[in-house]
Amino acid sequence: MHTTIQYMAAENTLAPAVSGDGGQALAEDSRDFAGTVGDVTVANPAMTARNVNVWYGEQQAIIDTSLDIGKSQVISMIGPSGCGKSTFIRCLNRMNDTIDSCRVTGDIRLEGQNIYDKKLDVVPLRAQVGMVFQKPNPFPKSIYDNVAYGPRIHGLAEDKQGVDEIVETSLSKAGLWDEVKDRLGEPGTGLSGGQQQRLCIARTIAVSPEVILMDEPCSALDPIATATIEELIDELRQHYAIAIVTHSMQQAARVSQRTAYFHLGRLIEVGATDDIFTNPGHRLTEDYITGRFG
Amino acid sequence: MYAVILVLILLALMAVAYQLGRRRSQSMAGRAGGIRKLHSLPGYYGFYAAIWCGLPALLVLLVWLAFQSIIVTKMVVADLPLATRSLSEAELGLVINDIRNLAEGNIVSRDVSPEMQAAADHYTNLNRIGSAALVVVAISMALLGIALGWRFISPAMRARNQVEAVVKALLVLSSTIAIFTTIGILLSVLFESIRFFRMIPLSEFLFGLQWSPQMAIRVDQVGSSGVFGALPLFLGTVLISLIAMLVAVPIGLMSAIYLSEYAGRRLRAVAKPLLEILAGIPTVVYGFFAALTVAPVIRDSGSLIGLDVSSESALAAGVVMGIMIIPFISSLSDDVINAVPQALRDASFGVGATHSETIRQVIIPAALPGIVGGVLLAVSRAIGETMIVVMAAGLSANLTVNPLESVTTVTVQIVTLLVGDQEFDSPKTLAAFALGLMLFGVTLILNIVALQVVRKYREQYE
Ligand SMILES: Nc1ncnc2c1ncn2[C@@H]1O[C@H](COP(=O)(O)OP(=O)(O)OP(=O)(O)O)[C@@H](O)[C@H]1O
Ligand SMILES: [Mg+2]
Repeated sequence: MHTTIQYMAAENTLAPAVSGDGGQALAEDSRDFAGTVGDVTVANPAMTARNVNVWYGEQQAIIDTSLDIGKSQVISMIGPSGCGKSTFIRCLNRMNDTIDSCRVTGDIRLEGQNIYDKKLDVVPLRAQVGMVFQKPNPFPKSIYDNVAYGPRIHGLAEDKQGVDEIVETSLSKAGLWDEVKDRLGEPGTGLSGGQQQRLCIARTIAVSPEVILMDEPCSALDPIATATIEELIDELRQHYAIAIVTHSMQQAARVSQRTAYFHLGRLIEVGATDDIFTNPGHRLTEDYITGRFG
Repeated sequence: MYAVILVLILLALMAVAYQLGRRRSQSMAGRAGGIRKLHSLPGYYGFYAAIWCGLPALLVLLVWLAFQSIIVTKMVVADLPLATRSLSEAELGLVINDIRNLAEGNIVSRDVSPEMQAAADHYTNLNRIGSAALVVVAISMALLGIALGWRFISPAMRARNQVEAVVKALLVLSSTIAIFTTIGILLSVLFESIRFFRMIPLSEFLFGLQWSPQMAIRVDQVGSSGVFGALPLFLGTVLISLIAMLVAVPIGLMSAIYLSEYAGRRLRAVAKPLLEILAGIPTVVYGFFAALTVAPVIRDSGSLIGLDVSSESALAAGVVMGIMIIPFISSLSDDVINAVPQALRDASFGVGATHSETIRQVIIPAALPGIVGGVLLAVSRAIGETMIVVMAAGLSANLTVNPLESVTTVTVQIVTLLVGDQEFDSPKTLAAFALGLMLFGVTLILNIVALQVVRKYREQYE
């Protein structure tokens, strides 16, 4: 369905993009919105989202947004609070299904498969598109059981030994193995905040996803734990497509190759991180990045 | 009656004192340069004056009422003829009773002699004087209080702190009343039990296999010597509670899971209160439901498949008790399930678990301590339940674990030991206190453990 839609190049003065129901402006700032600045597509996408609209009840939280998530790269999503970053990435693994009032339209594909297809089962989808949350949320179980939870549910291992292997490789990839290998039986909630967040990442990795969504994964952590996680994200990039929501522009600059700027439910601008931060194409992006945003 | 009127008068005076205190502080503030110059808001000065007015007077009133009748009785007795005074304590008590009855115009047990009539008049007189004196004393205390409060009020006076200290004292008093009542009940039960255990050894009571508390009232009566082995009662209690929990825990837990996890908001709004109505049905109603409806059904269906079910079975009582307990378990479990943080559900959904996997592997384990706490509370409720078992479980103390037979429980026996005319110093009646003590101990321990468990659970997520 998205073949009929024209996407624009990185210029300021473009004609309006396809107008959906969200055509009416949400606020003054958006009245002169003329479509996303920059190229929303990538050469090698893991996921593609086209003309996504999201409503909570009557209130529209995402307006006609299209964006690709590229393989083997990190895309960061920035924007002022309440602009719909969380809402958007929660569409990508259908976490929004758990909210009764939430309604999503548009076309979101994972490897060409429409994930909102009625016939599609969300269970394997959520294994393929994993999610790490803002606050570390380990289960009140042992470290081992936290990581083994997903593989056991999905039957990813034949026997105990297989689970052991998955637990070890996942914890190693999350950079936590050396710290916890002697106390796998202890409760995951007993770890420090940064360790808990890496445990949650390990839990996500354990079901071998293709895409990892992270919603402000460092906002509850101190700078050192944050640096560790940022390094980790950079390593994980080789194997996974990663989308990260962050409030820290330094973080976006450090970990991501692409950056998307959201404003009041619209994707204002997207492009290579370096370009966005040195040479923003839209006035709103520039205002936000230079801290002039009210 | 006059006491009620007196209290009303005092309350009116307190209202006056409040107004006076407020006005006075306001006028003082006006002179000193505004309300800001006052230590406290004018209202506090009002309360301060009201407390000075009411509190001492009310205390005097209470003490007076408590002691008036004792003192008056003493004085009346002192004026009685020597012959009467030297009677035994019990007989003297009867005489005093008669005098009181005479004074209050009730029926008297013997012929009225002139001395008694005189004593009764004396009694009435003294009482009248006492009441009049009380009215005078209390009202003058109140007025004096107003005067003192008036004098003490000044802008620097810390009325707010003092009023709050009095309020705090009131709160402490209320809570100690509850605590002391509990201690009082416990002690009275304890002392009576000690008297019982002087007659019947503790080991026989705890481990005896036979319970037959009928005592010979006359020496020449045959047979009934009274055996107090409480084991059959404990076993019966445990059996019925167990059946009740077997019914209540699965049903309660599953309905809690359904209501908190699956049911839509509208269904929930209707179903939850409906379930809780079950808890509001009087236990007598459950009792005759068990005895008249459930027990016959169980007996009939038992005989259909060739089982011999007695018409008062542990099963009937247990099942109905279980139904009564369902709302306890379901509403407590519902609360703890709702308290499981959304983040844990998100985490589980986020790795691709289905709703039921999430419930089984994350929500229930996380809520388990709270659920266990709720179940323990329900158990102590089941053990203490009386009406249903009295009506449906029977009175015969069989030592059995067969739910189809009739058994009896600790509470049922306490009831049967104490109904009707009883002497209050025979082992038979005292046994009720011993049973009560055991019951109290067990439920107390269960409650403490349950609260501990629930509290630990709360801490985990805060
Ligand atoms: N469960 C919900 N029900 C109703 N409205 C919601 C819900 N979640 C989010 N919203 C609304 O949707 C809009 C976008 O919210 P969202 O959480 O996506 O913002 P965000 O960009 O992630 O903000 P933040 O940076 O503060 O996390 C907001 O206006 C918010 O009020
Ligand atoms: Mg957010």
